[in-house]
Amino acid sequence: MAKTLFQKVWEAHTVRQLPNGQTQLFIGTHLIHEVTSPQAFGMLRDLGLKVKYPQRTFATVDHIVPTNELKEPYSDPIAQEMIEALRKNTKDFGIRFFDTNTGTQGIVHMVGPEQGITQPGTTIACGDSHTATHGAFGAIAFGIGTTQVRDVLATQTLALSALKVRRIEVNGQLSPGVYAKDVILHIIRVLGVNGGIGFAYEYAGTTFDGFSLEERMTVCNMSIEGGARCGYVNPDQKTFDYIQGKPYAPKAADWDAAVARWASFASDAGCHYDDVVKFNAAEIRPTVTWGITPGQAIFIDEKMPALETLNAADRATAEDAYKHMKLAPDTAIKGTKVDVCFLGSCTNGRISDLREVAKYLKGRKVSPTVKAIVVPGSQLTAIQAVHEGLDKIYIEAGFEWRGAGCSMCLAMNPDKLVGDQLCASSSNRNFKGRQGSQTGRTILMSPLMVAAAAITGQVTDAREVFKV
Amino acid sequence: MSLAKVTQVKGLALAVPGDDIDTDRIIPARFLRCVTFDGLGEHAFRDERTGPDGLERPHPMNSAQAARIAAAKQGVMVVGFNFGCGSSREHAPQSLWRFGFTAFVGGSFAEIFFGNSTTLGVPCLTLSKDDLAECDAFVRANPEVELTVDVQNLVVTAGAKSWKASIAASARDGLVNGKWDPIADLLEGAPAVDKTAGTLAYVVGK
Repeated sequence: MAKTLFQKVWEAHTVRQLPNGQTQLFIGTHLIHEVTSPQAFGMLRDLGLKVKYPQRTFATVDHIVPTNELKEPYSDPIAQEMIEALRKNTKDFGIRFFDTNTGTQGIVHMVGPEQGITQPGTTIACGDSHTATHGAFGAIAFGIGTTQVRDVLATQTLALSALKVRRIEVNGQLSPGVYAKDVILHIIRVLGVNGGIGFAYEYAGTTFDGFSLEERMTVCNMSIEGGARCGYVNPDQKTFDYIQGKPYAPKAADWDAAVARWASFASDAGCHYDDVVKFNAAEIRPTVTWGITPGQAIFIDEKMPALETLNAADRATAEDAYKHMKLAPDTAIKGTKVDVCFLGSCTNGRISDLREVAKYLKGRKVSPTVKAIVVPGSQLTAIQAVHEGLDKIYIEAGFEWRGAGCSMCLAMNPDKLVGDQLCASSSNRNFKGRQGSQTGRTILMSPLMVAAAAITGQVTDAREVFKV
Repeated sequence: MSLAKVTQVKGLALAVPGDDIDTDRIIPARFLRCVTFDGLGEHAFRDERTGPDGLERPHPMNSAQAARIAAAKQGVMVVGFNFGCGSSREHAPQSLWRFGFTAFVGGSFAEIFFGNSTTLGVPCLTLSKDDLAECDAFVRANPEVELTVDVQNLVVTAGAKSWKASIAASARDGLVNGKWDPIADLLEGAPAVDKTAGTLAYVVGK
């Protein structure tokens, strides 16, 4: 019988049925960080349990690390306490820790792929909702809560119910200046922020075939913003090429068998999907959010919606959004003044993002009214960028070049908006208060759109600014 | 480990209106700078409850009703659709539970929030759109009337009113049988876990 990748991976990792009807699912790869793991280790100690397969859990530190302060102790004593707790926990339980002094630290969803830990046909869990990022490799990757982090540590399994699968097909060529970020913002705009509840999203079609692994990660990363707990792309030659040679990739003698195994997990032709939605890539334009959910988005050249065009439920959220954002319905978003520009995050903090923007940034200057920061998602990305001289391009343009981490995506470190500053952000969430100030405002967009905002001091169309 | 059977939750109810209320709003990220869940209760909905000037804002969580629920350490939050979306932080249901909420009734729940709550023994029941509107209106008009969230029989009642409710069968099963925390079952499967691990090339190191 023809099966989806989701079904094949699920079956390969099914341990047994639990009395409540859920599946005890084997989690082959577990990623942890400093924010959602300390309580889980506390629970393990309270219950007198050990970590069942310490070699299948990998740790890094990302949310709380300062990006402009390398020396410890950090000025934030709580951040210091959290990093030290992770050091102690990983040491006590024998877990590999990609610490700040290793040159491999970074956002957890970047470390997995960079190390070759993220592989097709595997199950991955992490106490972070953006874990779906790893689905770009054909893995089934779940964001989980802290009690579930305990479950994975203690048993290497989770109690889960199978998801339905929605195939989201995007076909055709994106126009110049339109990126993977625009594709996922558009998908969420159309299917809604809760449209994916109960589903895994399978992203497919010629647009995804043409995407690099990094572009696929950008899309899978924001599956949760559409309500889908996981999203994936079927593995192909590009996937295998990306993994080859990475530290945790299968060794030469095992390589061919691994590739054959990985390829076998791809969804079969003619398999059943619970739903299929199709998009035409040519119709997608640079997309920006105007509200307080990632689904409140428009093309850059559209007006923000008039309240009377919305249904009752959407209207209530929209009214709240306009009030928070200090924006007016039925007006253009283009021209809105920007205070801060943030380029980074597990959505768009990878080397291809930094390269693409640098290509256009050369010789341009950040507006004097804007504070612009670029935060490579990982140390390896930062090292590579410096090697290519990208840091100089950003610094000359007037960006602050920072160290690796989550930074202003959620502002758990010192990088925060102040007051009602408006931030053009390449991150994934525009929730109220998300970037560290309760009245702060966030507009999500692609990295090149962030750069265009930085140069002009306003929300604008990068295609015009950079003659894309 | 023996857990209480959560067949029914009874308590005063608080309506917190709005759809797509994300976990950043329930517990802002700055309160995640901690290594335990202690003390999170007082920060639930902090930035909705307190303005940038430090003064209280009008919010259901600042009401006398919320204070009664906090004192009783028992109560029901009536919410909208897609409640708890966004970040997977278990700190969100932990903060509401520590505040005093022992059940949620809403239109729909984000999946991770749902799992994080039921694993704490806190049921999340859904009502149809019309029933939710009626329940919400009733709760506002009759703050003194206790709501009964019957997980066993899948019904929410308040006074003479009752509404048919639903919840994933597996979650209901876990709650009513006192097995809402799956750790005991998962540990029991250890021999089968090892067997599965042995069939996975990437786990055995290939």
